[in-house]
Amino acid sequence: MSPTSETMSLFSPALARRFDALVEKYPVKRSALIPMLLYAQDEVGYLSDAVVAEVAQRIGITELEVRNVATYYSMLRFKPAGKFNIQVCTNISCMLRGAYEVYERFQEELGVGPKGVTSDGLFSVEEVECIGACCWAPAIQVNYDFHDDLKPDLVPGILDQYRNPIQDQEKDQEKNA
Amino acid sequence: MPRLVSHPDEIKLVSRRFGMGATNIDRYLELGGYEAVKKCLAQGPEWIVEEMKASGLRGRGGAGFSAGMKWSFVPKQSAKPKYILVNGDESEPGTCKDHLIFLHDPHAVIEGTIIAGLAVGAKMGFIYLRGEYRYLLEIMERAVADAYDRGYLGKNIFGSGNEFQIITQTGAGAYEVGEESALMESLEGKRGVPRIKPPFPAVVGLYGGPTVINNAETIATVPQVITMGAQAYAALGTPRNGGTRLFCISGHVERPGVYELPMGYNLKKMIYEVAGGIRGGRKLKAVVPGGSSTPVLLPEEIDIGMDFDQVGKAGSMLGSGGVVVIDDQTCIVEFALRTISFYAHESCGWCIPCREGTDWLKKSLTRFHAGFGTDADIGNMQYLAENMLGRTFCPLGDAAAMPTIAFLKKFRKEFEDHLNGTPCPFAREGVPQLTVV
Repeated sequence: MSPTSETMSLFSPALARRFDALVEKYPVKRSALIPMLLYAQDEVGYLSDAVVAEVAQRIGITELEVRNVATYYSMLRFKPAGKFNIQVCTNISCMLRGAYEVYERFQEELGVGPKGVTSDGLFSVEEVECIGACCWAPAIQVNYDFHDDLKPDLVPGILDQYRNPIQDQEKDQEKNA
Repeated sequence: MPRLVSHPDEIKLVSRRFGMGATNIDRYLELGGYEAVKKCLAQGPEWIVEEMKASGLRGRGGAGFSAGMKWSFVPKQSAKPKYILVNGDESEPGTCKDHLIFLHDPHAVIEGTIIAGLAVGAKMGFIYLRGEYRYLLEIMERAVADAYDRGYLGKNIFGSGNEFQIITQTGAGAYEVGEESALMESLEGKRGVPRIKPPFPAVVGLYGGPTVINNAETIATVPQVITMGAQAYAALGTPRNGGTRLFCISGHVERPGVYELPMGYNLKKMIYEVAGGIRGGRKLKAVVPGGSSTPVLLPEEIDIGMDFDQVGKAGSMLGSGGVVVIDDQTCIVEFALRTISFYAHESCGWCIPCREGTDWLKKSLTRFHAGFGTDADIGNMQYLAENMLGRTFCPLGDAAAMPTIAFLKKFRKEFEDHLNGTPCPFAREGVPQLTVV
């Protein structure tokens, strides 16, 4: 399916191309649904009404069916989160090694409560279930990046990494040079 | 980057290429990669299935079913296409082994998937990772693309005339999708609710076709079994429990990590020698031996071999290999509450005993831990949990009920200590008590 004019404004050309490939990839078109929702959310920030409508149209199912599926999965959201969504695992292995202390520290540093978004829209913080990093606990994810072996004192440094990405890029360039 | 660990008692088979750059296909080949699949192409499907049966390799996802037997249930003739499904939806709390496999040895997963395909006559395989593992999906995608470039995947794999395609994808956050039939629903673009069985996936699975579904660790083990031979592999473990296993030791130990040890390795030794004992010189209080759904063991119950049968005899399960170690400063009521909160969050809502039961248990435990429990609560929680057992489509209901029953039975005194408004004796300063979310 070629991207429509609305698609061009909703999704980047790269994402539109990815969608074209995804609906062709599976023996059954609908199998592309969950990956499409994830990639759309990565780009748009959340599953807006326009995203739901566009995905439904591309797969050939109703918007209701898309919502029915999307509401099942905990990573999919219908409201924007911060640009960097901090997901603190507090499940057993992380809890035993101080996850709640780390979670508290993030809230303190950012001045927001659970699922809160900072006023500049840069960060949000939430408690999540096991993220599969139990032996390197406590662990968090910032969007898709893992950070392991945390302590409350490491929290400000992690936030700085995301606040000042330009400095990090310069460091990377130095490394590559 | 997850830290790798090592111990002299380890026998590294599945983990032998960890930290060796084997995500690069040339490096994987240098390290003996894709030899097993060539051997399988020469020997044929029946030989592969017999080798797998003889190896004693049992499913590493938790159920511990013989991989060879599972493969042998797939009908030879089928009107619908057959599929291989690799379950990398690793979500059982305490389990992080597949994480390392995808990170360090993606080609072993691909090779194992191709071999499974050859064994049952499938032309397509799916590798499904949990949604949180996006960076691991990207590693898998690169590896799959490299395998296509070399002709190891495609219409004519290794010039043999056989076809095999692999599709990789992730979920989007759902524990329940790790259950085999729910995983198929998710792959079909639906809510991850379980299907009733029978029919079993080997007969009616993905898109209605016969489907083999194996855990990622099981699949990554397959090339090792083929390379070293079924007998040699089986001999590493205990009777009916072939080979080695990735044990994820987490919690209050000095050296947490993923260690590959022979099946049947002593649990006490695993905690005190391999993982360096209890952190800070404290005492052991309890061990969850196989992921959070397995009944807790007391210190006097851990002098056992870690294989499916011996842990079963001790009243628990080997499960997914997630050994969670708990020290004597931990409140078991809080630990039980956190365990149950997870299952309440993850219950898909399809079966009433699970949907309502997990929620009631969570509410009762929350109230109990906050100091508002009553005498009747202990009996009520036990009654509720016992009535969830075996009454749901999938094992999630049992996964919540079994540990609850064990916590109540084995730590009854600690539950009683929380009664009558007594504050939790283990309350940590400056840390808020868990509340209902």
